[in-house]
Amino acid sequence: MFDMQAGLRPRLQNPIQNDMAKLPTSVDKIVAQYGPHKAYTPVGGFHGHADPDKLVKTHCCFCGMQCGIQLKVKENTVVGFEPWMDFPFNEGRMCPKGVARYLQNNHPDRLLSPIERVEGEGFRPVDWETAMSRTVSEIKRIQSTYGNNAFGMLSGVSLSNELSYMVGKFARVALKTANLDYNGRLCMVSAGAGNKKAFGLDRISNSWADLKHAKVIMICGSNVSETFPTLIHYIWEARDNGAKIIVVDPRITPVARTADLYLPVRPGTDSALFGAMLQQLVENDWLDHDFIDNYTSDFQETIDAVKDYSLEWAEEVTGIPAESIKKAAELWGKTDTSFLLHARGIEHHSKGVDNVLGCINLVLATGRIGKPYCGYGTITGQGNGQGGREHGHKCDQLPGNRDITNPEHRKYIADVWGIDEKDLPGKGLTAYELVEAIHRGEIKGLISICFNPIVSLPNNNMVREALEKLEFYVAIDFFLNDTARHADIVLAGALHEEEEGTGTTAEGRVVKINAAVTPPGDARTDASILKELAARLGAGDKFAFENSEAIFNELRVASKGGTADYYGITYEKIVNNYGVFWPCPALDHPGTPRLWEDRKFATPDGKAHFNPAPYREPGEPTDKEYPVILTTGRVVSQYLSGTQTRRIGRLIDPYPEPLLEIHPSLAQQFGIKERELVKVVTRRGEATFPAQIVTTIRKDTVFLPYHWAGPISANQLTIGNLDPVSKIPEFKVCACKLIPLGVPAPPSSESKAYQSA
Amino acid sequence: MAAGPDSNFNPDMEFFVDMQRCIGCRACEAACAECETNGQEPMIHVNYVDRAHSVQTTVQVCMHCEDPACANVCPADAIAKDGNGVVHSANTSRCIGCSNCVLACPFGVPKKMEAAELMMKCNLCYDRTSVGKKPMCATVCPSGALFYGTREEIRKKRPNSDPVNTFKFGAQTVHTKVNIMMPKGSTELRVH
Repeated sequence: MFDMQAGLRPRLQNPIQNDMAKLPTSVDKIVAQYGPHKAYTPVGGFHGHADPDKLVKTHCCFCGMQCGIQLKVKENTVVGFEPWMDFPFNEGRMCPKGVARYLQNNHPDRLLSPIERVEGEGFRPVDWETAMSRTVSEIKRIQSTYGNNAFGMLSGVSLSNELSYMVGKFARVALKTANLDYNGRLCMVSAGAGNKKAFGLDRISNSWADLKHAKVIMICGSNVSETFPTLIHYIWEARDNGAKIIVVDPRITPVARTADLYLPVRPGTDSALFGAMLQQLVENDWLDHDFIDNYTSDFQETIDAVKDYSLEWAEEVTGIPAESIKKAAELWGKTDTSFLLHARGIEHHSKGVDNVLGCINLVLATGRIGKPYCGYGTITGQGNGQGGREHGHKCDQLPGNRDITNPEHRKYIADVWGIDEKDLPGKGLTAYELVEAIHRGEIKGLISICFNPIVSLPNNNMVREALEKLEFYVAIDFFLNDTARHADIVLAGALHEEEEGTGTTAEGRVVKINAAVTPPGDARTDASILKELAARLGAGDKFAFENSEAIFNELRVASKGGTADYYGITYEKIVNNYGVFWPCPALDHPGTPRLWEDRKFATPDGKAHFNPAPYREPGEPTDKEYPVILTTGRVVSQYLSGTQTRRIGRLIDPYPEPLLEIHPSLAQQFGIKERELVKVVTRRGEATFPAQIVTTIRKDTVFLPYHWAGPISANQLTIGNLDPVSKIPEFKVCACKLIPLGVPAPPSSESKAYQSA
Repeated sequence: MAAGPDSNFNPDMEFFVDMQRCIGCRACEAACAECETNGQEPMIHVNYVDRAHSVQTTVQVCMHCEDPACANVCPADAIAKDGNGVVHSANTSRCIGCSNCVLACPFGVPKKMEAAELMMKCNLCYDRTSVGKKPMCATVCPSGALFYGTREEIRKKRPNSDPVNTFKFGAQTVHTKVNIMMPKGSTELRVH
């Protein structure tokens, strides 16, 4: 009889993975103590939900929409939510993650004090003095032995603007390391790099309001309906007003289901599609010559790069019928208002930046930007993915989206921080490269906050091996995330609803995050943890912030004159105006919902730049041995690496475990039946999943969602190929083979996938 | 259960369901399940039509019939329609758990809570609608698949659809308080 345990736990069969001795105790024991456990609303509701002490207006912590929400608070506990009808973006609308988000407060898995690793036992609570003094002495030991850059920091953009700014300053001024990077490296960097090349600035060009009367909306590589459900309202509203919707995706997602034109792109070939569309615009003269001649540069070399991209060639490469490509070009070429949106689907590639530039070229060629209902932009993924990517916790960046290698930018920030420019570290390693450096033994110590790389980085068997090589690892988190199971010390930090700050939504609107409650037990706010670490590292005077507003006020000054200029934004203005759109360079400036209305771009020559974006193959094309394309993505009920959403029962139950989406013709070829277990093997790892046989995916492609850890983590399989410019990993395409196990999977409802044991 | 004199229930407000817009996210289920009246169980249900071939989902919610079959067949008089046309869930002190309502409903809406031996269904969030708010599911629905507002509002917002609340089940015609959005010009939905 088939051994189910072995089937679901290939780790036991894989010698590379069979070294769990590197965790302090068994995974099961860690899970029993720290979860993930499923939390539900108790029958009858939480105590006090019907007569809360207060309703606190704040924002959802999941996804770049940052929907307005009110949290119900009773006796310093979040006991429920109430829609915030007045907040203009979402007017009370929410997705299931937003509805259930409050359940992470008051959760049984919550870390209530620092904990330390005890070999053979797991973790035990310790007091802050012990945790802090050990952390700081290890930082000092490692840095004095191996150099400052041998201590790395990984951060993330679920953090507020204040914390993102503070982390950037903490790493450079207190830790004095160059090696700081963040989880936006897995998210928005291709879009950021492309936008900087083309426009000199990294923000969506319009607010969502401009979708309303766009006559053509082209959505490339974005499962909007599952990843940004509240943005769907704007898309459907545009459709009510007559918009034609074009969706580019290898899967028929809910937003693609009713699209006017669906382009089923073969993963890894997006730039061929955009190139062929550009060639069609040129051939048919669907161009805005006035805009191209007067406000852009490099048009000729850009169209020269795609002059041979015929419809037939593009069909061959992309798998999209030539007629559909022609139709898309015609719809895009002939309209007078339009909005192009893209997301991780085109960005998570070794040519993510080229894909983004391919989209921008279509927008510039038709001149539809900087006008009402004419827009373009990436749909930023993470909660504070926009604000968090502007203020300096990227390895190559300083606040205000300044460049850490630019002498003037360095001088300005060094002055704001009161340090000598020579003491400001230079450009460090990007996230995946930083973990590779740990693996090579070059980085010996790590502090992480808001990053769960053992789930979210590709090729994560390598990530786990790297973690096991660290001499010291300290994590700041509110739950014991999957990566922090490898930590020596975990400092109990604060949830989104426990710390005041600001966030910047995907449309560039800076909004106010309000603390509903204080951290429970001995947990502390993240700012106070960073502040104390800085003080113990001898930089206390640089972190003497009285409150979050003081951090924000320093951020305003640090961003002043940068492209992401927040100087004119204050807490008061945010509250009074339901948020303020940056850039906002002066106190009397109203903010900028729509960029480029004056046709003056933020590039050195003031023009928008075309960039040649010729097609090249993905890093790992399919071959005889690995004949099937593997692509990865998300489901609506989970968020990022699941460290928050895999603890909320109502988000786990609708989709309890990752399923391998496969087309019936491919399934038949391999003899795979519905819900039978299939082992997916790549050059980096293998894992077993139940098959979900659907005609809503390309015949040559299988899909896995990535939110789970351990033996069912999709990122064991993905490839560590990076875009040469943005250094984003190629999550969206690699080659795999399928080995059917010929046995049915147990019911999803029995799955313990959420625990990642 | 008729609306009391202090009720702010607005009789002009209606409930509209538009399957075309549904993205299957289940925010409605999660929001409905926040209600203690339901014992934290959702009274609205999202289902795939045929997941093997489509991601199309449907939303199933009480249609609040003008002449509710569930109430008509209840031997214990536990289900009642109020003056505003809202059909209320079984009165727990009367419900005998016989399942007549479950069998009688033409839309297949009421569910018997086996654990509680009680029938449960949507009350149109009476605690919210009676004080001028929208039902929770229609408040949070991110796609507009669920909408609570006036007929005038929906006609303005959705120029390509018409609300339909007349359903033909063979020879039987059912009028409901809840509307289904149909292609422009539709006046009724013939079920079979």
